Amino acid sequence: MELVRLEDISLNLEGRQILRGLGLSVKAGTIHSVLGSNAAGKSTLAYVLMGCAGYRPQSGRIRLEGDDITELPISKRSQRGITLAWQEPARFEGLTVKDYISVGMKEKDEGLIKESLHEVLLEPTEYMNRVVDKTLSGGERKRIELAAVFAMKPKLAILDEPDSGIDILALDNIVNLIKRLKKQGTSVVLITHREEVSEIADITSLMCSGCIVKEGKPKEVGKYFKEKCLPCPTKIYPSFMDGKIKVPAK
Amino acid sequence: MMPDYELMLDAYSKAGGVPAVFKDSDVAHLVVHRNKVIGSHLIPGLVLTPKETETGVNIDFRVEKGVKIERPVHLCFGIIPKEGIQEINIKASVQDGAGVKLLAHCVFPNAVKVIHKMQADITIGDNAYYEYNEVHFHGDTGGVEVIPRARVKVGRHSRLVTNFSLVHGRVGTFDLDYDTEVLDDSVLEMTARVYGYGDDLIKIREAGRLIGANSRGLIKSRVAVKDNAQSEIINELTATAPHARGHVDCIEVIQGRARAQAIPIVNVTHELAKVTHEAAIGSVDKKQVETLMARGVEEEKAIDIVVSGLLK
Repeated sequence: MELVRLEDISLNLEGRQILRGLGLSVKAGTIHSVLGSNAAGKSTLAYVLMGCAGYRPQSGRIRLEGDDITELPISKRSQRGITLAWQEPARFEGLTVKDYISVGMKEKDEGLIKESLHEVLLEPTEYMNRVVDKTLSGGERKRIELAAVFAMKPKLAILDEPDSGIDILALDNIVNLIKRLKKQGTSVVLITHREEVSEIADITSLMCSGCIVKEGKPKEVGKYFKEKCLPCPTKIYPSFMDGKIKVPAK
Repeated sequence: MMPDYELMLDAYSKAGGVPAVFKDSDVAHLVVHRNKVIGSHLIPGLVLTPKETETGVNIDFRVEKGVKIERPVHLCFGIIPKEGIQEINIKASVQDGAGVKLLAHCVFPNAVKVIHKMQADITIGDNAYYEYNEVHFHGDTGGVEVIPRARVKVGRHSRLVTNFSLVHGRVGTFDLDYDTEVLDDSVLEMTARVYGYGDDLIKIREAGRLIGANSRGLIKSRVAVKDNAQSEIINELTATAPHARGHVDCIEVIQGRARAQAIPIVNVTHELAKVTHEAAIGSVDKKQVETLMARGVEEEKAIDIVVSGLLK
């Protein structure tokens, strides 16, 4: 069953075409990775799907369970089950980890907060009352962001580069968390530029210059990405961005 | 009609205080309504002598040499009627090796035309510790003028901590001026948190002079203003001794037509001293708000959470 559908999404930011008629369908209960090089438009796709200010597409529609949510603000989309874990999560002076995680929970359940911290290998007794400010490292902040998403139990979690800034030892843990999200019934849009991370998905879409250019089994798409996109031809031939050179065919 | 003492305790409770402390024989306290001392309790090692004047109270406060007061000393100042003046003059001395923490609640729940002035001259000896926390609770009319002044001298190997908070009710007019001088190996930490709205006027000057070798200083301000409120924050830190280190940290959040100004003044006159500063004024961070909105919180509530956190 289709959970989310993006139809022909185009977005121009400050005179630059970032998304070009992008289409994407995410099935319920799946991990759907979006793989691509830097500046392919992956984070923009995440912001458009979440409904962030300034990321309203000039054309195209976004549907959640068949309903058009293109005009809904972030909070309304979230209330309908979508959330986003930012690549670089915000810091909050004065807000404890416990309060931060509980913000998105329908019922405040301390047991679930502790469980979600355990899921990202943070000891609850040490972290619950710490403040989500600059006293936390980038890696800790990132794990807390993922813990908050886990505790929220959304229908769809958009994870923007959850693997960036995470040390190699913790990567397995993050991968397990994403699988746990799926197990608890959350669909995942996993945005990454690492094909080995992308491989945990059920399906992978390859993004280039604001479009989805290939879709299929993660290993196959990952192989294609490795062979054709590294190094990124859009960087070597900037005219890719103008549409003068055709993007890699499906 | 409730007597003044009961009304003061009621307002004190609304300000976040716990009235039970006034019945605890191990806790020293002083309650002053307008110019009347309506409650007090002393414990050994602490001298707390209030003297009523025409417009307020003069207080002699002393912690004897080597005495460490275990439980915080509770002070409650306020005016319950709509109008009035209260002038509190404090002479405080924390002698060598002594330590004390004060929790002062200042309550003006019905103020329409109230003036509250405080002048404190504080001397902290060597190897001593003094922490002063002041929490205000004001009503919704904004008819209160608060003018706190403090001159503090901190001895050697000592620590001074001040926390000022005015985040409940309308500020009215607020003009704080704290000036401190810090000797060798001592530490100064001053924090002010104020939330202004309506046509509140906020002026804060907190100054620290690190004149002792290896002295440390942190001056921190967190201010939020909305509607037509205005704020001016002057954080001044001077380091004139070797290895003195200091930092000034000011964040002001504005909403609506409010105006905010931050003036960090950093003076260093010794080549082995260092003072840094950071100041940020602006609207509530968009990413913080959107992060909370992505957890299902409506925008207005998200802004409240961010601002409340900043003022915590």
